[in-house]
Amino acid sequence: MGRRRMLCISRNKYPKFIPDPEVVKELCLRAVSRLPADVRRALEAAREREEDPVAKRTLGLILENARLAAERGRPLCQDTGVAVVFVELGQEVRLVGDLEAAVNEGVRRAYVGGYLRRSVVADPLLRENTRDNTPAVLHVELRPGDEVKITVMPKGIGSENMSRLAMLKPADGRKGVINFVLETVARAGPNACPPLVVGVGVGGTMERAAYLAKKALLRRLDEPNPRPHLRELEEELFERVNELGIGPEGLGGRTTALAVLVEAFPTHIGGLPVAVNLGCHAARHATAVWRPGRGWEVQA
Amino acid sequence: MKVLRAPLTDEDIRAVAEGEEVLISGVMYTARDAAHRRLAEAAARGEDWPVDLKGQILYYTGPCPAAPGEVIGPAGPTTSGRMDPYTPLLLSRGLKAMVGKGRRSKEVLAAMEKYGALYLVTYGGLGVLLADRIKRAEVVAYPDLGPEAIFRLEVENFPAIRPTASYLQR
Repeated sequence: MGRRRMLCISRNKYPKFIPDPEVVKELCLRAVSRLPADVRRALEAAREREEDPVAKRTLGLILENARLAAERGRPLCQDTGVAVVFVELGQEVRLVGDLEAAVNEGVRRAYVGGYLRRSVVADPLLRENTRDNTPAVLHVELRPGDEVKITVMPKGIGSENMSRLAMLKPADGRKGVINFVLETVARAGPNACPPLVVGVGVGGTMERAAYLAKKALLRRLDEPNPRPHLRELEEELFERVNELGIGPEGLGGRTTALAVLVEAFPTHIGGLPVAVNLGCHAARHATAVWRPGRGWEVQA
Repeated sequence: MKVLRAPLTDEDIRAVAEGEEVLISGVMYTARDAAHRRLAEAAARGEDWPVDLKGQILYYTGPCPAAPGEVIGPAGPTTSGRMDPYTPLLLSRGLKAMVGKGRRSKEVLAAMEKYGALYLVTYGGLGVLLADRIKRAEVVAYPDLGPEAIFRLEVENFPAIRPTASYLQR
């Protein structure tokens, strides 16, 4: 019976994790109505810095809208988006239940019960609304350890539609990346609801670059990339994007972006993929962490 | 500040300068992607439209559902450019003004010139602030489209700006 006993031990060793739709629901409702603190601070700082009177006033209106939305627990923006859900699953937990079903059930409860707009169509060509905003776009990554982290990013289509990807040549280099980012922001102009958070993914393969760009939008706006050459790239891009003069809501001014966040991944000797995922000023996301014996904790 | 109220005349439209901010009071209709497509399909079949847009103001929005106690859910503008393929048809039938965000195609700008119409932008992502300016809302066509239905809104001091050439240029 040695084998059976081993099985029992290994089963008991790993904490049981049951995915909870209520947590996903709470994160959806929180994300659509409350700007993350770093985003709010970036908007306030931009308003202080801004010299253009129209831009200054527009940033004031954006902050006022955010205040009212949080106060009433109602969405900042009517486009409550596709629910993009990121799960970091500690590989030392024992997952019991259906993770994807639980995520979709949480999205359904939030969007139907919380009076959020349901914007998802079941088929991109037939275009019939699913009426409960499911399915979520779910990304799962395995992690060492026994914690589980769930982040919900309600992603609006105004900024998503202006996002782009290019497979550059290695010879295009840093300059090529900069030009592509600037061109993308300039083409987006007022459409993407600036001031933007600009997520840039460089390297990997086509889909990895896009994924890195999306994940970059989850980073804190006030924490640069720890790698020096990427931090410098972020700083240069931030400077140059804000020299475009598009300004808040495209009405002109210095504040076109609140941050440019770059993520990189090893790539092929023959390639330089670059993806730019634009985020609007309603840079919404909310995260909760599960720890064995402690349960869920929503991050402020 | 100038107040616009539908039905609009050619004179009302000419009086708004580039970059000028105005307030809209009175009636606006909403329509976005799916409603535009239905209107175009109805026109192609030679059917009457469920709303008469002559002299009217169209607001490109798809609001959140109203929570208890609300007139309408958050209701900021959506990107106008997606409606461009349908807009010349609407303008040819007397639509006088559009409120949205973002750039328009050359074809739309030319049709605005031809028929005498105004394009205004309002603040993207300010769903709560703008919904507060909406005093009444009822669905008047295509209720099956949910947030994409055509609503008749009554608004008070709804802010909008006539964009400058540099806003509209790529």
